[in-house]
Amino acid sequence: MTTTEQEPRLIPDFGEDTDRKMAFIASKGTLDMAYPALIMANAALGEGIEAHIFFTFWGLDMINKKTMHDLKFTPLGNPATHMPQGLGGLPGMTAMATHMMKKQIAELGVPEVPEFLQMIVDAGGHLWACKMSADMMGLGEDDLFDGVEGILSATEFIELTDGAQIIFI
Amino acid sequence: MTTATIAGREIHVDAEGFLTEYDEWDEELAKQLAQNIGIDLTDRHWEIIRFLRADYRENGETPTLRRVSAVGGFPTKELFQLFPKKPAKKMAYIAGLPKPKGCV
Repeated sequence: MTTTEQEPRLIPDFGEDTDRKMAFIASKGTLDMAYPALIMANAALGEGIEAHIFFTFWGLDMINKKTMHDLKFTPLGNPATHMPQGLGGLPGMTAMATHMMKKQIAELGVPEVPEFLQMIVDAGGHLWACKMSADMMGLGEDDLFDGVEGILSATEFIELTDGAQIIFI
Repeated sequence: MTTATIAGREIHVDAEGFLTEYDEWDEELAKQLAQNIGIDLTDRHWEIIRFLRADYRENGETPTLRRVSAVGGFPTKELFQLFPKKPAKKMAYIAGLPKPKGCV
Protein backbone atom coordinates (compact mmCIF):
# COMPACT_ATOMS: atom_id res chain seq x y z
CA MET A 1 0.00 0.00 0.00
CA THR A 2 1.25 3.44 -0.74
CA THR A 3 0.06 6.73 0.57
CA THR A 4 0.74 10.05 -0.98
CA GLU A 5 0.48 12.08 2.19
CA GLN A 6 4.14 11.99 3.11
CA GLU A 7 7.47 12.47 1.41
CA PRO A 8 9.83 9.57 2.10
CA ARG A 9 11.82 10.22 5.25
CA LEU A 10 15.16 11.55 4.12
CA ILE A 11 16.90 11.99 7.41
CA PRO A 12 18.28 8.67 8.68
CA ASP A 13 16.46 7.34 11.69
CA PHE A 14 19.13 6.92 14.34
CA GLY A 15 16.57 5.32 16.66
CA GLU A 16 18.16 6.74 19.77
CA ASP A 17 15.47 5.76 22.19
CA THR A 18 16.18 2.04 21.87
CA ASP A 19 15.86 0.07 25.10
CA ARG A 20 17.56 -2.93 23.51
CA LYS A 21 20.10 -4.57 25.77
CA MET A 22 22.48 -7.42 24.97
CA ALA A 23 24.58 -9.70 27.14
CA PHE A 24 27.32 -11.96 25.84
CA ILE A 25 28.58 -14.89 27.88
CA ALA A 26 32.20 -15.54 26.93
CA SER A 27 33.05 -19.06 28.05
CA LYS A 28 36.09 -19.90 25.93
CA GLY A 29 39.71 -18.94 26.37
CA THR A 30 41.12 -19.57 22.91
CA LEU A 31 42.11 -16.74 20.63
CA ASP A 32 39.58 -17.64 17.94
CA MET A 33 36.71 -17.86 20.42
CA ALA A 34 37.64 -14.64 22.22
CA TYR A 35 36.71 -12.48 19.27
CA PRO A 36 33.01 -13.23 18.67
CA ALA A 37 31.87 -11.65 21.96
CA LEU A 38 34.22 -8.69 21.52
CA ILE A 39 33.15 -7.98 17.96
CA MET A 40 29.45 -8.30 18.62
CA ALA A 41 29.47 -6.35 21.87
CA ASN A 42 31.43 -3.60 20.16
CA ALA A 43 28.99 -3.54 17.25
CA ALA A 44 26.06 -3.39 19.68
CA LEU A 45 27.60 -0.40 21.48
CA GLY A 46 28.08 1.35 18.16
CA GLU A 47 24.36 0.97 17.61
CA GLY A 48 23.52 2.62 20.89
CA ILE A 49 22.66 -0.68 22.57
CA GLU A 50 23.55 -1.38 26.21
CA ALA A 51 26.06 -4.25 26.15
CA HIS A 52 27.51 -6.54 28.81
CA ILE A 53 30.07 -9.32 28.61
CA PHE A 54 30.14 -11.97 31.33
CA PHE A 55 33.36 -13.97 31.39
CA THR A 56 32.97 -17.47 32.72
CA PHE A 57 35.16 -20.56 32.92
CA TRP A 58 37.92 -20.41 30.30
CA GLY A 59 36.53 -17.08 29.19
CA LEU A 60 38.19 -15.65 32.30
CA ASP A 61 41.49 -16.06 30.46
CA MET A 62 40.39 -13.10 28.34
CA ILE A 63 40.37 -10.78 31.37
CA ASN A 64 43.03 -12.45 33.53
CA LYS A 65 46.01 -10.07 33.45
CA LYS A 66 48.35 -13.06 33.34
CA THR A 67 46.80 -14.71 30.28
CA MET A 68 44.91 -12.02 28.34
CA HIS A 69 47.94 -11.03 26.28
CA ASP A 70 48.72 -14.57 25.37
CA LEU A 71 45.57 -16.37 24.16
CA LYS A 72 46.25 -19.15 21.71
CA PHE A 73 44.70 -20.79 18.73
CA THR A 74 45.28 -24.45 17.98
CA PRO A 75 44.39 -26.45 14.89
CA LEU A 76 44.45 -29.57 17.09
CA GLY A 77 41.04 -31.19 17.09
CA ASN A 78 39.63 -28.44 14.88
CA PRO A 79 38.60 -29.93 11.53
CA ALA A 80 37.59 -26.48 10.28
CA THR A 81 41.23 -25.67 9.61
CA HIS A 82 41.13 -28.34 6.86
CA MET A 83 44.62 -29.50 7.81
CA PRO A 84 45.43 -33.17 8.32
CA GLN A 85 44.63 -33.74 12.00
CA GLY A 86 48.03 -35.36 12.67
CA LEU A 87 49.78 -32.06 11.91
CA GLY A 88 48.00 -30.17 14.65
CA GLY A 89 49.83 -32.10 17.34
CA LEU A 90 53.33 -31.42 16.04
CA PRO A 91 55.58 -29.34 18.30
CA GLY A 92 55.34 -25.63 17.60
CA MET A 93 52.12 -25.93 15.61
CA THR A 94 49.97 -24.04 18.13
CA ALA A 95 52.48 -21.20 18.31
CA MET A 96 52.62 -21.00 14.54
CA ALA A 97 48.85 -21.10 14.10
CA THR A 98 48.44 -18.45 16.82
CA HIS A 99 50.99 -16.22 15.15
CA MET A 100 49.25 -16.55 11.79
CA MET A 101 45.83 -15.82 13.21
CA LYS A 102 47.08 -12.75 15.10
CA LYS A 103 48.64 -11.48 11.91
CA GLN A 104 45.42 -11.92 9.94
CA ILE A 105 43.42 -10.16 12.63
CA ALA A 106 45.90 -7.28 12.78
CA GLU A 107 45.80 -6.90 9.00
CA LEU A 108 42.08 -6.21 9.27
CA GLY A 109 42.82 -3.37 11.67
CA VAL A 110 41.23 -5.31 14.53
CA PRO A 111 42.99 -4.82 17.87
CA GLU A 112 44.40 -7.52 20.13
CA VAL A 113 42.24 -8.71 23.01
CA PRO A 114 43.41 -6.31 25.78
CA GLU A 115 43.11 -3.26 23.55
CA PHE A 116 39.76 -4.46 22.26
CA LEU A 117 38.47 -4.77 25.83
CA GLN A 118 39.59 -1.21 26.55
CA MET A 119 37.81 -0.02 23.41
CA ILE A 120 34.61 -1.69 24.62
CA VAL A 121 34.92 -0.05 28.03
CA ASP A 122 35.54 3.33 26.37
CA ALA A 123 32.43 2.80 24.27
CA GLY A 124 30.41 2.33 27.47
CA GLY A 125 30.34 -1.47 27.59
CA HIS A 126 30.28 -3.44 30.85
CA LEU A 127 32.63 -6.31 31.70
CA TRP A 128 31.90 -8.82 34.46
CA ALA A 129 33.68 -11.88 35.81
CA CYS A 130 31.91 -15.03 36.94
CA LYS A 131 32.25 -15.63 40.68
CA MET A 132 32.35 -19.41 40.64
CA SER A 133 35.01 -19.48 37.91
CA ALA A 134 37.08 -16.83 39.68
CA ASP A 135 36.85 -18.82 42.92
CA MET A 136 37.86 -22.03 41.14
CA MET A 137 40.91 -20.37 39.63
CA GLY A 138 41.76 -18.44 42.77
CA LEU A 139 41.37 -15.05 41.10
CA GLY A 140 40.35 -11.77 42.74
CA GLU A 141 39.56 -8.36 41.28
CA ASP A 142 43.23 -7.41 41.39
CA ASP A 143 44.07 -10.25 39.03
CA LEU A 144 41.61 -9.01 36.44
CA PHE A 145 41.77 -6.39 33.71
CA ASP A 146 41.06 -2.95 35.20
CA GLY A 147 38.01 -2.39 33.04
CA VAL A 148 36.17 -5.29 34.70
CA GLU A 149 33.46 -3.77 36.88
CA GLY A 150 33.05 -6.64 39.27
CA ILE A 151 32.76 -10.33 40.01
CA LEU A 152 29.15 -11.51 39.85
CA SER A 153 27.34 -14.60 40.97
CA ALA A 154 25.09 -16.32 38.48
CA THR A 155 22.04 -14.87 40.21
CA GLU A 156 23.42 -11.35 40.06
CA PHE A 157 24.11 -11.81 36.36
CA ILE A 158 20.54 -12.95 35.75
CA GLU A 159 19.21 -9.93 37.65
CA LEU A 160 21.50 -7.56 35.80
CA THR A 161 20.48 -8.83 32.39
CA ASP A 162 16.74 -8.57 32.93
CA GLY A 163 15.21 -7.95 29.52
CA ALA A 164 18.51 -8.47 27.64
CA GLN A 165 19.14 -10.67 24.66
CA ILE A 166 21.66 -13.26 25.84
CA ILE A 167 24.24 -14.81 23.56
CA PHE A 168 26.36 -17.70 24.81
CA ILE A 169 29.73 -18.19 23.20
CA MET B 1 18.27 6.90 -6.53
CA THR B 2 16.41 9.46 -4.48
CA THR B 3 17.10 13.11 -4.14
CA ALA B 4 16.49 15.35 -1.17
CA THR B 5 16.50 19.09 -0.89
CA ILE B 6 19.08 20.01 1.73
CA ALA B 7 20.18 23.58 2.39
CA GLY B 8 18.24 24.61 -0.71
CA ARG B 9 20.04 22.19 -2.98
CA GLU B 10 19.05 18.97 -4.70
CA ILE B 11 21.25 16.23 -3.22
CA HIS B 12 21.44 12.51 -4.07
CA VAL B 13 20.74 10.26 -1.10
CA ASP B 14 20.10 6.56 -0.52
CA ALA B 15 16.85 5.14 0.84
CA GLU B 16 17.84 6.03 4.41
CA GLY B 17 19.03 9.54 3.62
CA PHE B 18 22.81 9.06 3.50
CA LEU B 19 24.48 11.05 0.75
CA THR B 20 25.63 9.02 -2.22
CA GLU B 21 27.71 11.52 -4.20
CA TYR B 22 31.01 12.44 -2.57
CA ASP B 23 31.32 15.67 -4.54
CA GLU B 24 27.90 17.03 -3.69
CA TRP B 25 29.02 17.58 -0.11
CA ASP B 26 30.50 20.76 1.25
CA GLU B 27 30.85 22.27 4.70
CA GLU B 28 27.70 24.35 4.37
CA LEU B 29 25.77 21.17 3.71
CA ALA B 30 27.42 19.44 6.66
CA LYS B 31 26.08 22.11 8.98
CA GLN B 32 22.56 21.36 7.79
CA LEU B 33 23.09 17.59 8.04
CA ALA B 34 24.35 17.97 11.60
CA GLN B 35 21.39 20.13 12.47
CA ASN B 36 19.06 17.48 11.02
CA ILE B 37 20.25 15.04 13.66
CA GLY B 38 20.57 17.49 16.52
CA ILE B 39 24.34 17.95 16.61
CA ASP B 40 26.03 21.34 17.06
CA LEU B 41 29.34 21.18 15.27
CA THR B 42 32.38 22.24 17.29
CA ASP B 43 35.96 22.50 16.01
CA ARG B 44 36.55 18.97 17.24
CA HIS B 45 33.59 17.66 15.24
CA TRP B 46 35.07 19.33 12.15
CA GLU B 47 38.47 17.73 12.68
CA ILE B 48 36.81 14.32 12.77
CA ILE B 49 34.62 15.00 9.76
CA ARG B 50 37.60 16.19 7.75
CA PHE B 51 39.47 13.03 8.70
CA LEU B 52 36.54 10.93 7.47
CA ARG B 53 36.38 12.82 4.18
CA ALA B 54 40.12 12.51 3.56
CA ASP B 55 40.23 8.85 4.54
CA TYR B 56 37.32 8.03 2.25
CA ARG B 57 38.94 9.88 -0.64
CA GLU B 58 42.09 7.87 -0.13
CA ASN B 59 40.59 4.44 0.48
CA GLY B 60 37.14 4.54 -1.09
CA GLU B 61 35.58 3.28 2.12
CA THR B 62 34.01 5.01 5.09
CA PRO B 63 36.33 4.46 8.09
CA THR B 64 34.91 2.43 10.96
CA LEU B 65 34.90 3.74 14.51
CA ARG B 66 38.02 1.71 15.21
CA ARG B 67 39.79 3.28 12.24
CA VAL B 68 38.77 6.79 13.26
CA SER B 69 40.31 6.20 16.67
CA ALA B 70 43.33 4.07 15.68
CA VAL B 71 44.33 5.90 12.49
CA GLY B 72 42.71 9.29 13.02
CA GLY B 73 43.79 9.47 16.66
CA PHE B 74 40.39 10.46 18.07
CA PRO B 75 39.68 8.55 21.31
CA THR B 76 36.69 6.20 21.32
CA LYS B 77 35.21 7.87 24.40
CA GLU B 78 35.26 11.24 22.73
CA LEU B 79 33.57 9.91 19.59
CA PHE B 80 30.71 8.63 21.72
CA GLN B 81 30.47 12.02 23.44
CA LEU B 82 30.51 14.08 20.26
CA PHE B 83 28.24 11.80 18.23
CA PRO B 84 26.12 10.10 20.90
CA LYS B 85 24.72 6.57 20.66
CA LYS B 86 25.57 5.75 17.05
CA PRO B 87 28.83 7.57 16.38
CA ALA B 88 29.96 5.69 13.27
CA LYS B 89 26.70 6.28 11.41
CA LYS B 90 26.30 9.85 12.59
CA MET B 91 29.82 10.82 11.57
CA ALA B 92 29.31 9.23 8.17
CA TYR B 93 26.01 11.01 7.68
CA ILE B 94 27.39 14.45 8.47
CA ALA B 95 30.51 13.78 6.38
CA GLY B 96 28.28 12.89 3.42
CA LEU B 97 29.58 9.32 3.20
CA PRO B 98 27.91 5.90 3.10
CA LYS B 99 27.49 3.97 6.34
CA PRO B 100 30.71 2.15 7.27
CA LYS B 101 30.72 -1.51 6.26
CA GLY B 102 33.56 -2.90 8.39
CA CYS B 103 32.79 -5.03 11.45
CA VAL B 104 35.25 -3.38 13.83
